[in-house]
Amino acid sequence: MKHYLFLALALVAATAQAQDRPVAVRGGTVIPITGEPIQNGVLVVHNGKILAVGGANTAIPRNATIIDATGKFVMPGLVDTHSHVGNGDGGDGSAAQHPDVRIADAINPRSDTFNKARAGGITTVNVMPGSGHLLSGQTVYLKLRGDATRIEDLLINRTFDGIYGGIKMANGTNSLRASGGTFPNTRGRSAAMQRQLFLRAQEYQRKIREAGDDASKRPARDLQMEAMVEVLEGKRIVHYHTHTHYDILTVLRLREEFGFRVVLHHVSDAWAVADEIAAAGVPSSIIHIDSPGGKLETIHLTPENGAALERAGADFAYHTDDGITDSRLFLRSAAFGVRAGVSRAKALEAMTLAGARMLDMADRVGSLEPGKDADFIILSGDPLSVYTHVEQTWVEGVKVFDRANPEQRPYATGGLNAFDDAVLHVACEH
Amino acid sequence: MKQYLNRIWMTAGLIALATVAVQAQTYAVRGEIVYTMDGEPIRDGVVLVKDGKIERVGAYGRVRIPDGYEVTSAKVVTPGFIDAHSVVGLAGYLNQPHDQDQLDRSSAFQPELRALDAYNAREELVVFLREHGVTTLHTGHGPGALASGQTMLVKTTGETVNEALVDSVWGVAFTLGRSVSGNYTNPGSRSRAMAMLRTEFLKAQEYAKKENPARDLRMEIMGDVLAGRVKAVFTVHGATEIQSALRLQREFGFDLVLDGASEAHLVIDEIKAARVPVIVHPTMIRPGGEAANATMEMAAILHRNGIPFAFQSGFEGYVPKTRVVQFEAGVAAANGLPVAAALRALTLGGAELLGIADRVGSLRAGKDADIALFDGDPLEYTTHTVGVMINGRWVSTATR
Repeated sequence: MKHYLFLALALVAATAQAQDRPVAVRGGTVIPITGEPIQNGVLVVHNGKILAVGGANTAIPRNATIIDATGKFVMPGLVDTHSHVGNGDGGDGSAAQHPDVRIADAINPRSDTFNKARAGGITTVNVMPGSGHLLSGQTVYLKLRGDATRIEDLLINRTFDGIYGGIKMANGTNSLRASGGTFPNTRGRSAAMQRQLFLRAQEYQRKIREAGDDASKRPARDLQMEAMVEVLEGKRIVHYHTHTHYDILTVLRLREEFGFRVVLHHVSDAWAVADEIAAAGVPSSIIHIDSPGGKLETIHLTPENGAALERAGADFAYHTDDGITDSRLFLRSAAFGVRAGVSRAKALEAMTLAGARMLDMADRVGSLEPGKDADFIILSGDPLSVYTHVEQTWVEGVKVFDRANPEQRPYATGGLNAFDDAVLHVACEH
Repeated sequence: MKQYLNRIWMTAGLIALATVAVQAQTYAVRGEIVYTMDGEPIRDGVVLVKDGKIERVGAYGRVRIPDGYEVTSAKVVTPGFIDAHSVVGLAGYLNQPHDQDQLDRSSAFQPELRALDAYNAREELVVFLREHGVTTLHTGHGPGALASGQTMLVKTTGETVNEALVDSVWGVAFTLGRSVSGNYTNPGSRSRAMAMLRTEFLKAQEYAKKENPARDLRMEIMGDVLAGRVKAVFTVHGATEIQSALRLQREFGFDLVLDGASEAHLVIDEIKAARVPVIVHPTMIRPGGEAANATMEMAAILHRNGIPFAFQSGFEGYVPKTRVVQFEAGVAAANGLPVAAALRALTLGGAELLGIADRVGSLRAGKDADIALFDGDPLEYTTHTVGVMINGRWVSTATR
């Protein structure tokens, strides 16, 4: 596989050079998400950004490299709001809450699992620590650029400065431990511990405020509290794993009390409390799984969750929770949503722009609009068809997956040594 | 044992027939396209059903619908789908200790465990599969033990196992590979596993030679395997394990069915030469662990090589608690398997592999009236199953 990697890097380098020239994808059906699909559409990108999107007579720069997409579909790169690609980890067994722990410090930027995601058309991903803790750590938002050798190469702004992820919290049974100790073994204890953490953060925030510009009065730096203050200030979004209808309402109650911004994740019983979710104006990141069950708190999970949320007027996006579902087949989620009653437009938005909103990245990704990042995919056919393949995936104007490339094709199909370092996270996630 | 069960099945059948006599059940199922699997698909076709069996199949107009036949129409009509290997009914959807009977951990070698003693005919997942159009299941003890127990064939109908049974003992579920040593301390290695297995087959050979031996449930079923009366279903993934299964088969001459076989592409010529069928791993199997080298093109590879194969839902320790065979077949069709071959493997191909093509797998006069109705291409994500008939009775009219 290593010589493949070398070849792939060489190819990527060649493509990157080609980006000095604009690229125009024309002839296909362009789905901008923010508008109606455009037959025989044109997408022009240059220097990593989208220059133009429009119909057949859209101006194409003379020096542009032309990609003929006749008969194909072109849409924004997919946004996966919840994944475990990258071979990261998270908080350890020493405590139930780890706001100081960054999964970004543990991810392997060369992981083959990123190739799975690229082969599935995913260009932006929220990589999360697991749900076995009340708060397992800071998540990281990644752009799946193809030349990554350091985690910085994948961070949204290529730097640890500023906000580059959210924070993962959980309630329900995954974070309970029968032995207790530093972990809760009831739901009541779980909520009490989370509230106590928020109260500590409010206290820390108050001290900082009161200190004002006087550095001598500021409290000592505290990595846990710094992250939690970002949460209280609404800069860092809480990605909250929750399943049952009563656990979902507990999240809404905590949000009401402390005013943080939250995305509900999995939300198996969303159909039962869709109106409450909509009234709170809280978005949901949901999953499609092919059959019910697996554990007690998910037995009422239904493919109709998306339709119930759409009807109630609540925003939602899909996620893979990879390895729970396979990044390569992420588009299935939208199709099964439509099968269960979601509108086609919303289903496609739930794969792209809705997810971007949930990561505070809607100004950069999730739709094909001039000025946005040139993250797009070329599909062999309708995005909701089982027979459709992701043919090409582009991130910031650079092609990072090409099914026609024999070295990269196995990232989509599998086969001998296609995924050298793939690790299953099945037991501890979802 | 089998005879005894057949008797129960016949009794159930007689009761069913008695009911039928009181209330004749005659239906006409009309489809814009009818995939009979018995010749070319019929445009605007009709399937007549009488007393649980298919009475006649043909184009509308050429086949007259007799008076009194209740007519149901759909876009697409197919034979009920066959899930060629499952643990549904033994492994329940709650995934709690009380509904997980697919693997007994007291010993790695227990071929005497019968599937029917643990099958829950009312399990949610049985209902779930039925409503999606899966009408026949090969189910039973799961992978993960040297021999976990027996497997059987059922229809996804009935409130008891007796009502569901097609064949009470179809095979014994063997597994080779690292998962066995993960579940048991003995065998602790793959080579130890092979030594244990060979020893058991040798013992069974000796037992079979004895006149009037003391009854031994384990030796009796192993004798059935040796004699080819029941299949040896070997769940294997690595090429090494596939070759080990083929080697064992050559040594002991049993009727081998390869299951999973995610590295079959590495030893395809050997499988072809051995003329053994393959119950292919779910197309969407996670590419990790023993299945790290799985390819979504496996069904296409088997098809290209003329190796008989069928689709399975398989076994997942967590989610999805069951897979749905037409979803797996759809992804296979997107990865090189011709659509017609995918539909055939879901129906007649599965029936042939399981040896029940005289009863199910195609829409042909005289066969069981197991029929699935769809509002579009059955392999497509956005298509719904809109009706399911088993043994000539509507068992679902839900939209799924």
